[in-house]
Amino acid sequence: MTTRAPAPARPGPAAVVIDATGLHYRVLNERIHAAVAAGARSIVLEGVCGQRYIGDGLEGDLAIEVRGVPGSDLGAFMRGPRIDVRANAQDGVGNTMSDGLVAVHGDAGDIPGHSMRGGRVYIRGDAGYRVGIHMKAYGDEFPVVIVGGTVRDFVGEYMAGGLLVVLGLPGGHGRPPGRANDAGRLLGDFAGTGMHGGAILVRGAVDPRCVGREVAIDPAGPADLAALGRFLPEFCAAFGLDAAPVMAGPFQRLSPRSNRPYGALYAY
Amino acid sequence: MARTRVAPDFAVRRDTARCINCKACVRLCANGVHVWDEVAGAPVADESKCVGCHFCEEHCPTRALSIERAPAETTSGGHWTRSAIRGIGRQAETGGILLGAMGNDRPQMAYFDRLVLNAAQVTNPSIDPLREPMELKTFIGSRPDRIEIARGAGGRPRLGAPLPPLLEIETPIMFSAMSYGSISLNACRSLAGAAGEIGTCWNTGEGGLHPDLESCADRAIVQVASGRFGVTPEYLARAAAIEIKVGQGAKPGIGGHLPGGKVTEDVSRTRRIPVGSDAISPAPHHDIYSIEDLKQLIFALKEATRYSKPVGVKIAAVHNVASIAIGIVHAGADFIAIDGIRGGTGAAPSVIRDHVGIPIELALASVDQRLREEGLRHRVSIIAAGGIRSSADVLKAIALGADAVYIATAALVALGCHVCRTCYLGKCNWGIATQDPALTRRLNPEVGQTRAANLLRAWSHEIKEMLGGMGVNAIESVRGNRDHLRGVGLSQVELDLLGIKHAGSPW
Ligand code: SF4
Ligand code: SF4
Repeated sequence: MTTRAPAPARPGPAAVVIDATGLHYRVLNERIHAAVAAGARSIVLEGVCGQRYIGDGLEGDLAIEVRGVPGSDLGAFMRGPRIDVRANAQDGVGNTMSDGLVAVHGDAGDIPGHSMRGGRVYIRGDAGYRVGIHMKAYGDEFPVVIVGGTVRDFVGEYMAGGLLVVLGLPGGHGRPPGRANDAGRLLGDFAGTGMHGGAILVRGAVDPRCVGREVAIDPAGPADLAALGRFLPEFCAAFGLDAAPVMAGPFQRLSPRSNRPYGALYAY
Repeated sequence: MARTRVAPDFAVRRDTARCINCKACVRLCANGVHVWDEVAGAPVADESKCVGCHFCEEHCPTRALSIERAPAETTSGGHWTRSAIRGIGRQAETGGILLGAMGNDRPQMAYFDRLVLNAAQVTNPSIDPLREPMELKTFIGSRPDRIEIARGAGGRPRLGAPLPPLLEIETPIMFSAMSYGSISLNACRSLAGAAGEIGTCWNTGEGGLHPDLESCADRAIVQVASGRFGVTPEYLARAAAIEIKVGQGAKPGIGGHLPGGKVTEDVSRTRRIPVGSDAISPAPHHDIYSIEDLKQLIFALKEATRYSKPVGVKIAAVHNVASIAIGIVHAGADFIAIDGIRGGTGAAPSVIRDHVGIPIELALASVDQRLREEGLRHRVSIIAAGGIRSSADVLKAIALGADAVYIATAALVALGCHVCRTCYLGKCNWGIATQDPALTRRLNPEVGQTRAANLLRAWSHEIKEMLGGMGVNAIESVRGNRDHLRGVGLSQVELDLLGIKHAGSPW
């Protein structure tokens, strides 16, 4: 496992500013493409309100700061850029993303990191259902999703590779921690069902009843802590958190019992 | 595993008068049927392993071998078929789901066989396609509701709005989705090369794009399926069109998995997953739980490719296929591929392959009809798939409303497949449905390309002959024109669903 090149820094004072107020996503995204084509490497989007597909398919060394709440599929199919969202995000953050970094300062909706193949999705607050579903790793492509708060049901479903971390910190915007379900657990039900690769690291206790049958629960080992050491400082830096208490854990690891969960299903 | 009690399907007959003990069969059969018996100094056969692929039969230098159906003697009558009894036997031994490959092997009604085409006699002249132009060129994609005309400099008319992107194919026949992994790289090369040679499209399936096939990507329809294997920015950028795979005729409503044993080094590189890991495609796309979500993915793909190529959706033909198709058009798809109950697969639970879904002919007719009624037919192209065996099936499908068809089994048969239906074993003797280098070598991609291109050429010629016979000079004249069809031996309900008259009825 290796990490990719560090993501570009956040937009600085030389950033190109695009006012997204009232723009349809198609117009907004064309303006972003036009700015990139004109050489912009740093873009601030003001007045974003629900526009979908920001950063969709964008490639290369580029930093985008989103002010306002972006719509679904933020950073879908993206490879390379860094997107910072100063508010909540909707569903599908980093959907089928290849590389790059998305940092959401608030909460995110369902399926962040869906089928993600590389790069990082960092969510400061809570996230919804099916976080990191079907993430997969190959060679130096290694997707990472870190959720600062809690997640709901089916986290890491079908997970085939990469790293998913749930920290259980107090929520984004200084709120108390969210609750993944009525029992107030860090994870919803059915965590890791169908999981056949990768690992989910949870900071705090894991109730075995909320974990899928194909998943083993163990205390995090040295390799897990090393992986956390690679990504948690970046997560904490993105949100201005002190890394030491977060790193202190303790962490539990959820990992698959087999990489062939359905190997004995058929009559030959 | 203990020796199976289930009796063999095939009898391997060896004419000892012809056999010269060359051991070719021993070397050739990947299923290990033929073994050399040192004591006898002759090959012997373990028939229980024979899948009936006829490879040894066709490659025996003295034609000493013949592979025959084993006598299907049971005391029971029609209801308790041999396959029902054998299936239970295998399930009693293993407790597993029965797997099948290729299309439905039950006597499902093939409506194509009950449809007949028309020809011109006296009142309008037929056309000889050998001497007169005959147009098969087809465009796949969405047409605008109207053409906006604006006036440019000097009042010259020009298009007022850009037209949606269209896929141009020289014949209305494309190769259907077959992933690298389910078939060999040489099989992919053969089909991709033939598509380029003829000017039509091939389809990557959901296995990603192998580097060796990148040069053929401009003729590739790339699939985005629930597993999202190999879906990278350049995969989307290079393609001619993008197909969101929701369903497949051989396994409507279920996902799939390529067993870890088939995820070799090279397959793993294309799918972007580790060697030996199961490649699991979930049953649904987990970002699509509704038509609105489908719209979101369609436009995520259009945004990613800057609206430069058609984005379509492939579904299995199911009971409410027409309503689903309406939803797909409203979701912004540029084409809909519909795969009927006879559609093939590399592996599917037989029970689903054989019993779930509806015939493509009925699905096609009902979708075309509903789209017309809703005034949406121009917004989408329809690609029909699932059991197309001949140019006549192609033309009938087009007359029922398809813009083009997908073929897969027929294409593999052109490459040598004998439809033994054991693709899931990974030991295809013809080098098609296998990743074993000793077997894939048997399929020369240049020969394969020629054979697959020949099939498309031959069918295209036949279609031109049939069109000429009807007295029309373009496939466009027959598209959705059901007056060219008549039914034979069909009930009124079936005729109404197909939107055709019974044979013998005048225009
Ligand atoms: S499996 Fe094929 S090659 Fe082997 S004996 Fe049977 S027909 Fe011959
Ligand atoms: S592709 Fe090969 S294994 Fe599959 S049916 Fe054809 S000959 Fe048999």
